[in-house]
Order: sequence, then structure tokens, then C-alpha cells
Amino acid sequence: MGRLRCGWTLASLLGLSSALGWGQDANGIRRTADGKPDLNGVWQAMNAANWNILPHSAGPGPASALGAITAEPPGEGIVEGGTLPYLAEAAAKQKENFKHRWTEDPEAKCYMPGVPRANYMPYPFQIVQGKDTILMTYSFAGAVRTVRFGDPGKAPADSWMGWSVAHWEGDTLVVDVTSFNDQTWFDRAGNFHSDALHVVERYTPRGRDILDYEATMEDPRTFSRPWKIDMPIYRHVEKNAHALEFQCIEFAEELLYGNLRHGKGESK
Amino acid sequence: MTFRLFSLTTMAALAALAQSPKPAPRAADGHPDLSGIWTNATITPFERPRELAGKEFFTPQEALDWEKGHVRNFDKRDDIKGTTADVTLAYNDFWWDPGTRLFQSRRTSIVIDPPDGHVPALLPARQKQLQEEAAARRKRCDRPGCGLENSGQPGPADGPEDRPLMERCLSFSNAAPMVSSAYNNDYEIVQTPGFVGIDVEMVHQMRRIPLDGSPHPASDVRFWVGDSRGRWEGDTLVVDTTNFRGETQFRGADENLHLTEKLTRLDADTLRYRFTVDDPTAFTHPWTGEVTFVKAKGLLYEYACHEGNEGMTGILAGARADEKKAAAPGNR
Repeated sequence: MGRLRCGWTLASLLGLSSALGWGQDANGIRRTADGKPDLNGVWQAMNAANWNILPHSAGPGPASALGAITAEPPGEGIVEGGTLPYLAEAAAKQKENFKHRWTEDPEAKCYMPGVPRANYMPYPFQIVQGKDTILMTYSFAGAVRTVRFGDPGKAPADSWMGWSVAHWEGDTLVVDVTSFNDQTWFDRAGNFHSDALHVVERYTPRGRDILDYEATMEDPRTFSRPWKIDMPIYRHVEKNAHALEFQCIEFAEELLYGNLRHGKGESK
Repeated sequence: MTFRLFSLTTMAALAALAQSPKPAPRAADGHPDLSGIWTNATITPFERPRELAGKEFFTPQEALDWEKGHVRNFDKRDDIKGTTADVTLAYNDFWWDPGTRLFQSRRTSIVIDPPDGHVPALLPARQKQLQEEAAARRKRCDRPGCGLENSGQPGPADGPEDRPLMERCLSFSNAAPMVSSAYNNDYEIVQTPGFVGIDVEMVHQMRRIPLDGSPHPASDVRFWVGDSRGRWEGDTLVVDTTNFRGETQFRGADENLHLTEKLTRLDADTLRYRFTVDDPTAFTHPWTGEVTFVKAKGLLYEYACHEGNEGMTGILAGARADEKKAAAPGNR
């Protein structure tokens, strides 16, 4: 009993110390009870990559009637080297996607955005870092990823957010993501992948409030070689920072089912 | 003989050891660790069946009989073989997955307060409101071809908004409160010192529970799973949830639903969950339910309900086809 109480006191002291910020190292990196970087918090990228991961100028948006509200801001891109190594057939498909982007982008349909796109959409996401499981919970479409350490076995099926298996390399969280379906895009510009996509993500804390994020994409059916993106991801430091539920289904129903409404059929 | 006696005793001791559950683990910060993958699938009735009036708990034998009877009824479809109803039910029964067991507590209903095991009556004004909504729905469907008579969910299907929240993949009844329903009764809890996340497998609804003492947002901000804030009271996680959207209508509740949930990890394999429903504009008085979560076998997988919602396309296209048929010259 004495030993138990001693353990308790230690545990509560540890809890207290982290609450007071003593769980930070010299670089300001917060640490969990087991000494790993503590990535818990609400995060968001700040760039225009969701419009186009490649360098792009400003342009008109999908609804000119709404003025500047839907216009596309410029962006310097997040792809290393500034180009994507599409295979010839895939390059043609991307052009086709681009033409129909305002209605064919899975984002417009409120579909789960896939990885890495979920991490640079203009909405926050929250990392809930448990001992052997990390939940990454995204505001957009209520998408959730379960990131498991160790060996969770093979994915039972392809999925929208993929099958995420993690390990630590020093202070870097490395997440290997496989078993994607071929339905998600990298951005609103129609950049896409096949179900052979394999993503390796690296999350490295740079101080307390910034994560250096890198992702390498390998998809031999779409690209001639692997390619990489990198960007910082910032912590929301405001007091009431939450990745609020943004359930967008009801806003996509007209796009998805509008042609099946009562009264629509007769006029055709 | 001596040897046999010895081995019998050992076996009994081992059996006892195997039966006594491991204690609830604790997190590094000293609080009970609720983390893990849990299921609340059950055949325990939500409200107490009439034949069990006055009986709060089954005896162990009654519980066994109830479970056996449930499995038998579940498989019995002889009476409707070869009918449309059979086809419809076969599809539905394929999906039903409430498990085959009662809760370990052997309670005869999920509702534990009021002690009669029944959800209190709705206030007259709320009853009237719901009746009027239903009547308006029926009236809108008062024309040939409308009604989806053969579906499990009759009613208008003029557009997706007409359909129940579940068909639209917007919200299921498994999330807040966490009460088992048709299937996918699995939950993954990840706990950190300042936050608890619960991934509800059904439609991947996410319970986000900050433990930082922060208040709910302004009442203009509404969510399908409400807004949750948690705190530890001893070894129990207490979660306070408000800011619901009124359309969820849990058991007749409206947008003033105030949910208080209490999660207690009784041992390594068992989580006791109590929820109190307080809605002063819907119910005559607050009421409480109890659900037992046990460790689930296997992992949680992505349930992409909306992304694969071919059902909605089928429902609406079917309704348009019905209208066309009803409007055909021979059917007027």
C-alpha cells in the first residue's frame, strides 16, 4: 500500500509538472509521460495548397456571381521541385479532372479528403495522442484517422483515409499510410492518385507550436517517381481552439442528388 | 487421492483467478485510463418490456433463457417466406448486429430511472409539436406514387432532406448518448490529460471532450453530437453536453437537450456508462439510462457512410419511378 501511494504521488507530480509546462525541453517541445514529443492539440496549415499543391496564380472561382468570395488565391506550392511526375495517361486525366473540378472534386461532395490533403485543408484538425493509438480528427467532413503503433496487421479493405501505422524516429513521428481507395484528390485542381498510393508522413516538432510536416507520395500507376511535399503546420493557440464538427453532407446533397428531386424529372 | 484433491484445488484456484477481472488501469496522470476499443452491443431492451413490469433484474437463469429466446426469434422467418416482406427483412436482418447478450448487470432495461424502466412522457406541447410535424409530412405525401410503401422508412422522398438523418448519414443514435443501435456498436476511446476523444464507429461520429474547464460555446453554435465538456469526479469521467441540433430528436428531445454522461471503468474489461437526459421543454422530468461497455475484439474500421450512400440515389430514383408509374395513363 505504501508503495502504491508513493507511485501515486509521483504520478500526480508528473501530471502537475506537465500542466505547469515543466514537461517542455530546452526547445520548448512538450513531452508526454513517456518522453515522446507531445503532439496533442489543434493544428492547421496556412497555405493555398488545397486549391492547388503546385505553384499557381490567382484565378476566378466556381461562382463569379459571388464576386471575390469564391475566387482562388495564389500559392507558391508545397511540392518539392514545383512539378508532379505524372505518367502520360495520368497527366491527361488530371487535365480532365481540372476541367470538371468544381463538381467532381471529392471536397465538393463532402467526402473524406484522404491523406495528405486532410492536413492542408483550410480547417483545423486535432491530434489526440494516446499511448499506442493516435486519433487525428478533422473538422472537415468529420473525417477521422486512427494511427496505430506496432503491428495492427493488414488493412481489411481500402479506405478514404487509408491505413496508418506509426513509429518514432527520434522526435519524428513517422506514419506509413497505405490501402487508400482511388477516390480522393490532392487538391481542387484535380491532382489525383490511384489506389496504389503509398504515403510516408513525417511530423517533427519545431518548438512548441510548429510541426514540420513532410509527406512522400509513391504511386507507380500514376507517377514515374516518388515526390514530396513539405510545409509547417501551426498550433491553434487561442483559448477555445477546437476542431469543431463540420458535417458538410447536407451542403453537398443538392450537388449529389439534385437531379433526382421531385419535379426535376418531368422537365427533362 | 491426495494428488487428485490437490489438482482439483489448484484448478479451482486457477479458475477463480481466470474469472476475477483485472483491475482498471490508470493513466500516467493518475486518472483511470478509459482508453481502448469498446462495444455496447446488447439485446437488453431500451425500455422494460410489459411482461417484466416491476422486475429490475433478471435472475441468472432468466437471463440465459432470454438470450436463448432472442437468438431463436431472430432466425425465425418461416411465416413470411417468399414475400416482399421477407426480402425487405432479410436485407435488414443481415445488417442487424445488436449482439446476442444482455448486459452483465442483468438489468431488464437500459432506462434505470424512473425505476419503472420507461422514458417519462413527453410534455403535451412537445407531443403536439411532434404530431404536427408528422402530420405535415404525411400531408406532403398525399399524392399517387409518394410514400415508398415498400421501404422500412415510409414517407416522402421529394429530395434528400425528406429522408431520416440515418439515411443521409448525418447522425445515428449511437453517438450522444452512446446507446447501441442496429449495428457498428463499437467505440474507440483515446485519452490524454486534457482531452478525451471517442471515435464512434457508426458514421465515424466523433465525440470531442475537452477536460480543460472551458465553457460551452454560445447557444447559436449547434452540432449533431452537441458540444461536450468533461471533468473527473473521483474515478468517474463526467461529460456535460449541450448545443445539440434539434433535428436529432433523441427519444423526442428537442434542441434544449442537456446530456450528462458518467463513464466509470469498473475493471480492465468493463466500462459502466450512465447518461441522464434533461430536456425541460420535451420531458416531464429528467431520466437516466445505464449501458455497459465491454472490450471489443478487433479494431475499429472506417465507416464511409455518406461516401458510399448509393442508397440515397436508389431511394430518390425509386420514388421518381413510382411517381412516373402512378402518373401513367392506365393508373390514373
